[in-house]
Amino acid sequence: MLRALLLLGVALAVGGQTPHTDQRSGFDFMAPETQALQQDDTANPGMLWVLEGEALWQDPAGPAGVSCAGCHGDAAESMRGVAARYPSFDQPTGRPIDLQGRIDQCRQARQGAEPFAAESQQLLALTTYVAHQSRGMPVEPVTDVRLEPFVAEGRRLFEQRIGQLDLSCAACHDQRWGQKLGGSVIPQAHPTGYPIYRLEWQSVGSLQRRMRNCMVGVRAEPYAWGAPEFTALELYLRSRAAGLPVETPGVRP
Amino acid sequence: MGLARRAVLAAGGAGLLALLLAPSSARARPSLEEAIRGFAGGAEIRPGRVEFDIPPLVENGNAVGVTVAVDSPMTAADHVRRIGLFNEKNPQPEMVVFHLGPRCGRASVATRLRLATSQTIVALAEMSDGTVWSAEADVIVTLAACIEDLS
Amino acid sequence: MTRALINAPKTARRGEVIEIKAMIAHRMETGYRIGPNGQPIPRDIIHRFACTYGGVEVFAAELFPAMSANPFIAFTTVATESGTIEFAWTADDGTVERAAVDITVT
Repeated sequence: MLRALLLLGVALAVGGQTPHTDQRSGFDFMAPETQALQQDDTANPGMLWVLEGEALWQDPAGPAGVSCAGCHGDAAESMRGVAARYPSFDQPTGRPIDLQGRIDQCRQARQGAEPFAAESQQLLALTTYVAHQSRGMPVEPVTDVRLEPFVAEGRRLFEQRIGQLDLSCAACHDQRWGQKLGGSVIPQAHPTGYPIYRLEWQSVGSLQRRMRNCMVGVRAEPYAWGAPEFTALELYLRSRAAGLPVETPGVRP
Repeated sequence: MGLARRAVLAAGGAGLLALLLAPSSARARPSLEEAIRGFAGGAEIRPGRVEFDIPPLVENGNAVGVTVAVDSPMTAADHVRRIGLFNEKNPQPEMVVFHLGPRCGRASVATRLRLATSQTIVALAEMSDGTVWSAEADVIVTLAACIEDLS
Repeated sequence: MTRALINAPKTARRGEVIEIKAMIAHRMETGYRIGPNGQPIPRDIIHRFACTYGGVEVFAAELFPAMSANPFIAFTTVATESGTIEFAWTADDGTVERAAVDITVT
């Protein structure tokens, strides 16, 4: 009986939070031209980063001169489905880790190479390339019980009012999605296209960069790059997006 | 150095000085009208023959997809030489000039442009017979929400 | 590496009009933006794109700062012969980035 209650409690806490029954990717809120741009691999600028990531995958690194391919072989096989279950639990730190973090951890721990800087061209290219291998696959719900407290933390941050404008993520993305902010339609804030080519940046960028933009938007001091708050938020967003397909590289306005 | 050249250099120097001293808002860019006259040389600019596709409203001005197609057989005797795109309110009027020829087979180009704000865009086609044809479109540009603070 | 994406058919019939799409990674810094220190960020763009087919220039474009970053150009050319179609992007500092694709024309 206690065990059943425990399992129920875990399922409710970790099972994820969809904003409502109508779960829609940011793709659905874009103009048809932007949608067409994302869907055309011959025109999607994000594919330039996939191309670079493909080359970097083969680049030897570290004192032993081993490339990603040296251990992982063909990314199309070995990386298929990986992005759909990130952020995931990282044993050494006992915390969640996102895909960029995992790639840098691999570089350091297993290739013996310098990690790429946050938001660097190479890290973005590799992350986009790896995430692209999961394109079309549904984001997996968070079932690892060890991640439970971090999903809860992410949810708390998502619902916390911040900044001079005193707005929470939830205020716009749970309660007012589909309505307009300035000239733009407010999406539900799903992470499924990341790293994205944002038209505003004219470059590919990470989910953290986008969240920093939002924090600046409500006149809050953004968390530092790689801050645990961001990883918790990313994890919560993953749980909240469970079922939606990975779109990397997404294009967003 | 001839007198004429020295005079031109002096005038250029004075002009540059004026430019540096003038506030940026006073630095007028060539008008759309001046820019398309520049492209056309002395030729009359006639509306027609140019099919210009650009969305009437864009959600971000950084990457506006356009296509230009010109009705032309693209033979050695009768083809499009250049297609130019010009704007009304960006910092400068020229956007891109395509150079075509009979080897193209069709006069059809597509690209992505930056539009600083809502404005009129003009597409011009110069034919091998020297005639210049035009099409224009008005575009409304909206801004993304929640952007970077670069300052 | 030259980060360029070319989309062109690998085979074509002689005389067929084929579509080519060329996109290259480049910031296309306009020269009109002000940087964090209050100074304008200098212009740095690709100002010329050229397509050469069998050694003959068949298409070219003059690019200005109004071209989007990671410039994308789609155009057509007549499949005249088997061989190499070459692409060259010239930047303001004079550097030229290149790419090429082969085509078999029957």
